[in-house]
Amino acid sequence: MNGESEHTPKFLISSLDFKRMSEVEVQSNEIHERAKQALANAHLQEALRSSTLRLYTKRLEAVPQVAGFERLRDRAREIKREVMDHLDFYLEQFANNVERRGGKVHWAATAEEACAIILGIASDVGTREVVKAKTMVSEEIELNHALEAASIRAVETDLGEFILQLAGERPAHIVAPAIHKTRADVADLFAARIDPVRTEEPERLTAIARQALRAMFARAEMGVSGANFAVAETGTVVLIENEGNIRFSTTAPRVHVALVGIEKIIPRCGDLSVFLRLLARSGTGQKLSSYTSILTGPRRPGEDGPEAMHVVLLDNGRVATLADVKMREMLYCIRCGACLNACPVYRKIGGHAYGWVYSGPIGALVTPQFAGLEQAGELPFASSLCGACREVCPVRINIPDLLLHLRSKAQRQSTGRKPAADAPVNERTSMHLWAWVVKRPRVYVLCARLARLAQRLLTSQRQGDIQKWIRRFPAAPAARWTDGRDLPALAPMSFRDRWKEINGK
Amino acid sequence: MGTQGPRVALFITCLADQFFPQVGECAVEVLRRQGVEVTFNPGQTCCGQPAFNTGFTVEAREVATRVLDLFGDADYVVAPSGSCSSMVRVFYPELFAHDSSRLKKAEQLQSRFFEFSEFLVKVLGVEDVGASFPHRVAYHDSCHLLRELHIEEEPRRLLRGVRGIELVEMEDYRLCCGFGGTFSVKFPEVSVAMGQDKVQAATRAGAEYLVANDAGCLMHLAGVIHRQSLGLKTLHLAELLARRE
Repeated sequence: MNGESEHTPKFLISSLDFKRMSEVEVQSNEIHERAKQALANAHLQEALRSSTLRLYTKRLEAVPQVAGFERLRDRAREIKREVMDHLDFYLEQFANNVERRGGKVHWAATAEEACAIILGIASDVGTREVVKAKTMVSEEIELNHALEAASIRAVETDLGEFILQLAGERPAHIVAPAIHKTRADVADLFAARIDPVRTEEPERLTAIARQALRAMFARAEMGVSGANFAVAETGTVVLIENEGNIRFSTTAPRVHVALVGIEKIIPRCGDLSVFLRLLARSGTGQKLSSYTSILTGPRRPGEDGPEAMHVVLLDNGRVATLADVKMREMLYCIRCGACLNACPVYRKIGGHAYGWVYSGPIGALVTPQFAGLEQAGELPFASSLCGACREVCPVRINIPDLLLHLRSKAQRQSTGRKPAADAPVNERTSMHLWAWVVKRPRVYVLCARLARLAQRLLTSQRQGDIQKWIRRFPAAPAARWTDGRDLPALAPMSFRDRWKEINGK
Repeated sequence: MGTQGPRVALFITCLADQFFPQVGECAVEVLRRQGVEVTFNPGQTCCGQPAFNTGFTVEAREVATRVLDLFGDADYVVAPSGSCSSMVRVFYPELFAHDSSRLKKAEQLQSRFFEFSEFLVKVLGVEDVGASFPHRVAYHDSCHLLRELHIEEEPRRLLRGVRGIELVEMEDYRLCCGFGGTFSVKFPEVSVAMGQDKVQAATRAGAEYLVANDAGCLMHLAGVIHRQSLGLKTLHLAELLARRE
């Protein structure tokens, strides 16, 4: 490319100043505020609309290209069920096979333990820098914070994650972490933080990131990745991606650490023929992603690759989920992101509104389960239960059903909660009252008559269609309805009263 | 009116009972024109869905228990709502999964319970109910009807049978309108934003009328339209099928 040299950034990644994120916490109960902010941001709305629709449409187009796609989904679900029913067996098999191939297995019950293990490995390696492949589970355990705190520089090498690291933000999507950023946003960010010559050309933008990252890959001594699948019968870690950065992070450095949630296990290599056909198609509409890395142990004599391979197996709430027979299904998730793209709520509020690392319908299950309902009790309610997520889930997780289960669990813990500021009584009391009324048809009829009477008295002096439409209701929950839309007034006569008339016809 | 027709108990749903009685009247009219004998049990109130969807399972079960005994003698129970029909057909068996005697009743009710358009097409085998409605109409699939009961074609067949009608599809027509039961007041901003998108899609498709099979969706969409003073009109499928313009 002409003129490239004059614009080639002259920097090393070590001179880049990544924004530190403030001490991270689960902010899922702030979803109402964050959703409002997202809705008010026209720029974000357009980015979300176009990106989710593109991914959703690509999946729709990709699915009919495979004969028996629905059967593949059934098979994938069966395999996942088999794994979850015998996870202890398969985990042990996996761990034994990793060690048999020269890898080292570590067990981490919590995020803190996993971070400590990885810090320990870094200290043994004696490095102050770590390259990171895109991994949601490392976001889950806040690995970058732990590394930073130990003065170890962690560099995100996935383009989306790299952008977010520069911006000091969390991923907004499981598969496309910077989905909320437009090309112009990235151009501004790179101009401000890397190369003052601003460009919006995608090729130049990626060239800037590439240049920065290559230097880092060349000298990094330790790479950290996640895993898409962990094959029990061979002790193999499988990673899929489109950019090549995962392959780089896992093969160029001396030491590779794979951080693996224990639900990632699949029994056999042959099962990959099911999951690989589902995963990319569901996530991005691709037949396969550009790179599929199948890693079994460290390098052997005469081979390329890392000298040492560590596998950190993470629980962090997964075993507790396994114990809940209903919620167990949540662990079938292969993190394809299809439910996010299909979700009408995600499409409006984006990933950050969910307040933790996992967003969308699956995030509304995972976050309360891993971080606790106290911290994320609002999330299961952030769904219209439309079922679009279940329709696209490659392993057919019944997400609406699990959301209902969590709602019920959340309400069992809600006893004694204070009413909202705009409501006369709390939700539990109002539901008790409602149930008491609708169980008694005569009381129900009486209440409806009283409401009609009140409605007539309040609107009798008013003109126009005020008798048909209520523009502002004084108390919640109806007040929340009339904040943004009108409420039809009760009909002058109920159907049951009309019935007496039409039945005589 | 023939006395040989099937006996149908109408499950009016609480929203139609109190807010949209004309939906019930029109449903009765359309069914009667097909020779159906319609009955109405005034002991009915609500199916229990508001509690169920908000996580109050105990309350939902109590309310649902009453419904199990309301329709003992009817051949069929028909509701002009995909959502309430899903509650009875899909979620009642779940609610009573651990109560074998009630589960039996729930399953018995489940087998006789139909949504209005489903009943016309699948049970009566009717696609032309003799309606005429010379307008451009967009049909909105309510999510429960679409994804719990998998009824997508039946309402469209009935609409295609209407004289003079021009049926248009909205872009991304399977997308939720944002009502979602108590979601509409728990996340009102998101609910309204979704409703606005749906109304826009109908307008862009050139529809004069936005038609659906659920009073909940319609109440929400009509509320959004009225707040914005738009010209788009909403109509329940039963109302449209009763028209002879």
